[in-house]
Amino acid sequence: MNPGGMVGKAVPRIEDDALLRGRARFVDDIHLPGMLEAAFVRSPHAHAAIRGIDTAAAAAVPGVVAVFTAGDLVPHLTAERLVVGLPSPSYRLEVDRPVLASDEVVHVGEPVAIVVAASRYVAEDAAALVEIDYDPLPVAENCRDALADDAPRVHSREPHNLVAAFDMAYGDIDQAFARAPHVLRESFWQHRGVAHSMECRGVVAAHDPIGNRLTVWSSTQTPHPAKRLICALLGRDDEEVRVVAPDLGGGFGPKLVFYPEEIVVPLASILLGRPVKWIEDRREHFVATTQERDQYWDMAIAIDGDGRILGIRGSLIHDHGAYTARGVNVPYGSAVTVPLPYNVPAYRLDVKLALTNKVPVTPIRGAGQPQATFVMERLLDRVARELGLDRAEVRRRNLVHADQMPCEKPLKLRGGTFVALDSGDFPTAMADVLAKTGWADFRARQEAARAAGRHIGIGLANYVEGTGRGPFEPVKVRVTSNGRIRVASGATAMGQSTQTMLAQIVADQLGGDMANVSVTTGDTAAINLGFGGFNSRQAVMAGNSAHAAAMKVRKKILKAASAMLEVAEDDLEIVGTRVALKGVSEHGIALGAIARALDGSPGYKLPGDLEPGLEAEEHVIVHDMAFSSGSAVAEVEVDVDTGAVTVTRFTLAHDCGRMINPMIVDGQVVGGIVHGIGNALFEWMGFDAEAQPVTTNFGEYLLVTATEIPEIEILHRQSPSPLNTLGVKGVGESGVIPTPAAIISAVEDALSPYGVRIAQAPVSPADIIALINGASGRA
Amino acid sequence: MQGSERRAISVSVNGSRHDREVEVRLTLADFLRHAVELTGTHVGCEHGVCGACTVLVDGLAVRSCLMLAVQADGREVATIEGLAPGEDALHPLQQAFKDHHGLQCGFCTPGILATLVEYLAENPEPSEAELKVALSGNICRCTGYRDIIAAALDAAARLREARA
Ligand code: FES
Ligand code: FES
Repeated sequence: MNPGGMVGKAVPRIEDDALLRGRARFVDDIHLPGMLEAAFVRSPHAHAAIRGIDTAAAAAVPGVVAVFTAGDLVPHLTAERLVVGLPSPSYRLEVDRPVLASDEVVHVGEPVAIVVAASRYVAEDAAALVEIDYDPLPVAENCRDALADDAPRVHSREPHNLVAAFDMAYGDIDQAFARAPHVLRESFWQHRGVAHSMECRGVVAAHDPIGNRLTVWSSTQTPHPAKRLICALLGRDDEEVRVVAPDLGGGFGPKLVFYPEEIVVPLASILLGRPVKWIEDRREHFVATTQERDQYWDMAIAIDGDGRILGIRGSLIHDHGAYTARGVNVPYGSAVTVPLPYNVPAYRLDVKLALTNKVPVTPIRGAGQPQATFVMERLLDRVARELGLDRAEVRRRNLVHADQMPCEKPLKLRGGTFVALDSGDFPTAMADVLAKTGWADFRARQEAARAAGRHIGIGLANYVEGTGRGPFEPVKVRVTSNGRIRVASGATAMGQSTQTMLAQIVADQLGGDMANVSVTTGDTAAINLGFGGFNSRQAVMAGNSAHAAAMKVRKKILKAASAMLEVAEDDLEIVGTRVALKGVSEHGIALGAIARALDGSPGYKLPGDLEPGLEAEEHVIVHDMAFSSGSAVAEVEVDVDTGAVTVTRFTLAHDCGRMINPMIVDGQVVGGIVHGIGNALFEWMGFDAEAQPVTTNFGEYLLVTATEIPEIEILHRQSPSPLNTLGVKGVGESGVIPTPAAIISAVEDALSPYGVRIAQAPVSPADIIALINGASGRA
Repeated sequence: MQGSERRAISVSVNGSRHDREVEVRLTLADFLRHAVELTGTHVGCEHGVCGACTVLVDGLAVRSCLMLAVQADGREVATIEGLAPGEDALHPLQQAFKDHHGLQCGFCTPGILATLVEYLAENPEPSEAELKVALSGNICRCTGYRDIIAAALDAAARLREARA
């Protein structure tokens, strides 16, 4: 299956040299002759009517080339709004983003005008001079309050703020609760904040009037969908628009969204006949890039006398922000995920999505799944406490077992197919992590620490992650006449080593020499169809397409070589850049020579009567999701005087099926865990009562730094996914999912002498002090 | 506009001299990236917290988003582009980062390497805890820092060996 022995090896990354030498090309590294630079004028109000816009003073600044408002741009577009929401029957309101706001602004940071000038410095000078006459309107800040009948309306033209509602249910929930010996209720508040890729967003656009071709470089996770939208909005054909995602300085979700800037900048470039660049700064990123904010959960769990789950029900209110920028998928992901790792006979969750006067909410790494895991795991901790059982024992009694796999759940994915856990052994994974961390003797350690005046705690969380969102991601593999192997895919790299992953899979079939493989990702000119990077999908979808395409090319190489060398195919092997007789490497032929032979020669037959060309494009179709899974144990120490939490050790038993490159897997998982530490303890995107953001720099919004990281250990299990040939599952989001749940459980455990109950994430030092002093949390 | 008056400066970058007339408000980061066209120095926050823009000025690590180009007049600036000894070899720090997967998207990496060049020159044998403190002003969203610390420890050892 892997003749080159490359799949499964921790080979070094092909991305690294350029990045380490400062030769990578991020969007702001693109300089084009005659290029202008843009700045956006953004709303300072969370909600206001626009009475007038005066651009005269701005336009008069020396160096300013143009100031455009919606009125200038909309006549050149087929639509005024970006209709980008994934389909769902649950919408109650259609609130698509305008290209630029014209009569009403509904969140701080909403773009109203673009200033294009000789430099960014001048553009910003002039942007400050654009005069907009705002009439402030009442603001809906909190998503729970926004659903009240008399709440201020986020959009003055809409009748209410309930943008969507749905339920997720199976089993006889009423009966489950009616006959349950124990019913426990909990309310939770969760908030994830801002994704904060270290590179903000940015767009460069250039229009070539000779070929009538528009090229857009955008720091996007989804160049192919972006191209389709740009084509639709400009009324252009596919051939006339190329979107390229250059090197990305991280994505983590928000860059999968299509933004107003991605149409405004290209249109400005067309109208002005010159390349235009816009680079988001961090301050803008805080107000204009999508986030993942508040969720309020009211939950109840019904259990029998042994702690076995009979049913779970409740409701979820989700902050959607001011517009639909992606869809209902974050709360949908939350709702589907709650019961997955466990045997839950009946389930019902009523979900309401509330508009607020804040920047839209779309997925961030984990996309609703960390919150679901937090809810489930907090409920199980509560069960353990009420019944006087060990937290691990309660889980052991309820986890899905290996002999249930594949385990179909009566829950539907957004495309309508049922969720089925495809493989894994959850109880064994949990046993592994408990053994590794000495769970059984922690009480002794805890008592010794307490005797010395220290508060240490341990927490546990199980989780699954739905990965490999279909339906497909095409990959093209071609052998050039020089014998190099070129791989192209709609998959998009934003730091997850996508190019190395694809090169490894292809090299495995085609000679085993990674140095001979070049990979192009994220360029719509390189391959026609594609989706891009999100939902931990690329190793699964593009990886398997790459494997299929490489196998096809491999077969053809061997057939052609067999004809050209007059040797049986079975006696040949591909080694490096040549095909050679097995064991007799001097007798052979170069890959380039085979490629040239298959280019054909006028009047001659092709070798082996093969079809011309040495390339293959494949798009493996998989609708079911491959579920990664794992079991996490966090150990913490809490300073009860300051409320500071130190995560001292984090151990994760992790199963993502077959690993393509264990080094990359570890990197993805550790990065996710540390993101999860931020979500548990630090990250909070604050707004005041008027929905004015109050955390708009890295002094106010805290990201985890090197001094906060614990000792991290990952225990791998590899349960191959039966859903795809490579047996792989995605890994990009998994580390983040169980981490807040495990850490908060550990903090609560550390504070058990104070009887503290934590029903929220993040929990700050001030929250902890308040909880110790007997306050209740924010839920 | 304020700050738009211009002044002539002469800055040495990775050993080559650059004479330019610049607006006095131009940051050193923008000068390096857009005037000198060395785009390996990255800007992640423009307010001095993330460390992505860190470069060496007369051997000291500075945040080039917080320094003006005119303040670099007459000084020596070293950026990521000048770190490797040549086309065939990487600097021990670069090699260690590659070997330990100390970078993912690589956006934070140039600033981290600049920070470490200065730090390891002064502290050739740091402990893990000391390295974490030394790097606490460089934010990385991708790696979770573990592999960065491992790479830095290994690089310190390699640099000591090279010196011995
Ligand atoms: S860009 Fe200078 S510190 Fe962030
Ligand atoms: S590697 Fe992406 S921010 Fe550090």
